[in-house]
Amino acid sequence: MSETTAIRGGAQQKLLAFASLIVLVLGFSLASPNFFQTSNIMAILQAASVNGVLAVGVTLIIITGGIDLSIGTLMTFCAVMTGVVLTWAGMPLILGVVAAIATGALCGLVSGFFVARLKIPPFIATLGMMLILKGLSLIVTGTKPIYFNDTPGFTLIAQGSVIGALIPAFPVPNGVLILFLVAGATAWVLSRTVLGRYTFALGSNEEAVRLSGVNTDGWKMAIYALAGGIVGIGGLLIASRLNSAQPALGLGYELEAIAAVVIGGTSLAGGRGTILGTLIGALIMAVLTNGLRVLSVAPEWQTVVTGAIIIIAVYADQLRHRKSS
Amino acid sequence: MSELIRMQAIDKHFPGVHALKSVDFDLRAGEVHALMGENGAGKSTLMKCLSGVYQPDGGHILVNGAQVSLPGPKAAQDLGIGMIHQELALMPDLTVAQNIWIGREPRKSLGRLDEAKLNALTAAIFGGMNIPMNPIARVGDLTIARQQMVEIGKALSHRSRVLIMDEPTAALNDAEIAELFAIIRRLKSEGVGIIYISHKMDEIKRISDRVTVMRDGEYVGTVEAAKTPISRIIAMMVGRELSDEAVSIPDLSAAETALEVRGIARAPDLKDISFSVKQGEILGFAGLMGAGRTELARAIFGADPRDAGEVIVHGRPTAIASPRDAVAAGIGYLSEDRKHFGLALPMDVRANIAMASLPRFADRLGRLDETRLGQIARDYIATLKIRTPGDRKEVRLLSGGNQQKVVIAKWLLRDCDILIFDEPTRGIDVGAKAEIYRLLTELAAGGKAIIVISSELPEVLRLSHRIAVMCEGRLTGILPGGASQEQIMELATQRNSMTRENVA
Repeated sequence: MSETTAIRGGAQQKLLAFASLIVLVLGFSLASPNFFQTSNIMAILQAASVNGVLAVGVTLIIITGGIDLSIGTLMTFCAVMTGVVLTWAGMPLILGVVAAIATGALCGLVSGFFVARLKIPPFIATLGMMLILKGLSLIVTGTKPIYFNDTPGFTLIAQGSVIGALIPAFPVPNGVLILFLVAGATAWVLSRTVLGRYTFALGSNEEAVRLSGVNTDGWKMAIYALAGGIVGIGGLLIASRLNSAQPALGLGYELEAIAAVVIGGTSLAGGRGTILGTLIGALIMAVLTNGLRVLSVAPEWQTVVTGAIIIIAVYADQLRHRKSS
Repeated sequence: MSELIRMQAIDKHFPGVHALKSVDFDLRAGEVHALMGENGAGKSTLMKCLSGVYQPDGGHILVNGAQVSLPGPKAAQDLGIGMIHQELALMPDLTVAQNIWIGREPRKSLGRLDEAKLNALTAAIFGGMNIPMNPIARVGDLTIARQQMVEIGKALSHRSRVLIMDEPTAALNDAEIAELFAIIRRLKSEGVGIIYISHKMDEIKRISDRVTVMRDGEYVGTVEAAKTPISRIIAMMVGRELSDEAVSIPDLSAAETALEVRGIARAPDLKDISFSVKQGEILGFAGLMGAGRTELARAIFGADPRDAGEVIVHGRPTAIASPRDAVAAGIGYLSEDRKHFGLALPMDVRANIAMASLPRFADRLGRLDETRLGQIARDYIATLKIRTPGDRKEVRLLSGGNQQKVVIAKWLLRDCDILIFDEPTRGIDVGAKAEIYRLLTELAAGGKAIIVISSELPEVLRLSHRIAVMCEGRLTGILPGGASQEQIMELATQRNSMTRENVA
């Protein structure tokens, strides 16, 4: 295989996911005139934003060959801490933003410590974190939601539209803008920085990296912390959309995010993956949910279809690999 | 002797590669037929055609004189063709018997497993070979040599009349090799034909009856093993005569000591080891498999913890608790297992060369300077003559010799001036070996201190300015370069600890 075919192989994978997305959009548009409307498209993007941000975060961890099951309840815990800072302590908005991201990064660092230093398998370590964070959210809030009615402008974080103010024809919600900014920045980190290079290297052959004299434990913790920080942004988005921190929410979000990552062609074995793929994966899931709803398919069937799509997506990826090897 | 296998004019194409060009091969009952050639010569492809893994594009395969088609491994197995893979394909958590009969377990009614019969059948197979083997031992608890016997037992359980062995001695020590050869001789006497793939000339001379050599997918020739000198076989393999160069030992009396090791110990592998290497010196480490040479290298490098011992780098005592500390002190370790410990195979040449030095090529944001990384990678590709279409090529697609050069480039870029090579030419073909040797000699001449661990005596003799010999975790002596093989073997088998234990 030459260099060019290797590049083509990577592009092909994204092309496949992208083609599926186009086919879904075309199919739903033909099936229902209500689907391809600006308002509905914006609703889809808005729906994809939280899951997309979480998926971008967990993509980093999955590329290292790990997994993070705690991102759903971590998202909620970050939202709760934002509520503590803004509503309970009455601090300015910017500190609420900082609280969300810092909480996420700190919890990510803790997960990373369990995985890298204590050598607890990522599945177990983050399963534990998932339950711990769920419990902490309920304890901190006394199981009651925290509302953001006293913080003017908080709902604008996700629901406002900076782009819409500039170009009225494109009322892209800020949540979507934030998703694309986060994705762009993360893709940049992955492809251009030392951290990104080690993310792939750890997933390819961690022992070889360690024997190269690299502080693998430290870098791994940094990657988990970065992913946690990104999840913190997800927490901010969901809190802004609901104008509240709902402590009981969160479980199940991690699996949706992991599903988006997998549909986007990132290998759960590590060493391989792209943010663009994850983004497309998150959009496919949002289009699917929305489209089936527009077609009045019962919600329980939507879940079944989503599950089937995950299996088909991974099977298609397997086929492609078998062919290339 | 009757003919078991005849392969005639076998042709095989892969996309872009003509892997086998009208190759002939035959195997008689009761013979060991060695198949030799550099890596990429087509040995494995030919054997995969015989074991049903690949289907040839042209030619015929005859088994016991009748033409057969082998659509899959099962068909080959049914015809009595068994393959012992280089990387053993066993399940470590199952017992010996469970491994041998996997997929063919004897059953009782209602699909219940008949464990008693399973174990009895297994005991019978090993009884027939005169090998003591406990059928209910967990395979993961066995040594590599014993695991290999399980593989052989598995092949025999299929009533194989033809055994293909791919580098069977790669992980065995001398005693185990002797045991394996005893088994091979017994199988021979029972009329089993054995195809033996190996790079080790002395083994070929010891065990095989005939030798067939392949080169670049072509059949070169078949010769009688006993009557053919090794140099002639090598010449057939590489297409040129190899001169056995003697090592030239530089005068290092004025050179500074680069690395000194004092009293390294780690139970139970290493016992009180002290030595030193000078700048510009190549110190060879000889010893039998299991003597503790790799363990010593890993202990010096901080890859494994040690119980006691000091490492002194350029005259300064240096605390080395992890590979990170070792690399910071300028020590690089090139593992015998490049694929697991040296390279990130799915990543490209450029990324692998930079693996140990990334922070040096990043700005304050952690952004990598890809232009410079590419430049440097291409420089190393040129100076080390790494054969690759470019620096963005994935290393898994390179040959063993070129992968080794990528690892060397990684450490050179990291400015390591003490390099520990563990089996530097394992899995590397004869032509590329000479190139690696030349590279090591050049590195030493350039002032690097080099430690070479090798299980191949000719390699140690050809490279080393001094030769350290280990046996059972102890350094039994240091010989001057150019010492005789007998001197080395004497030190390598100096097992006084064992005799002492026997007395006590």
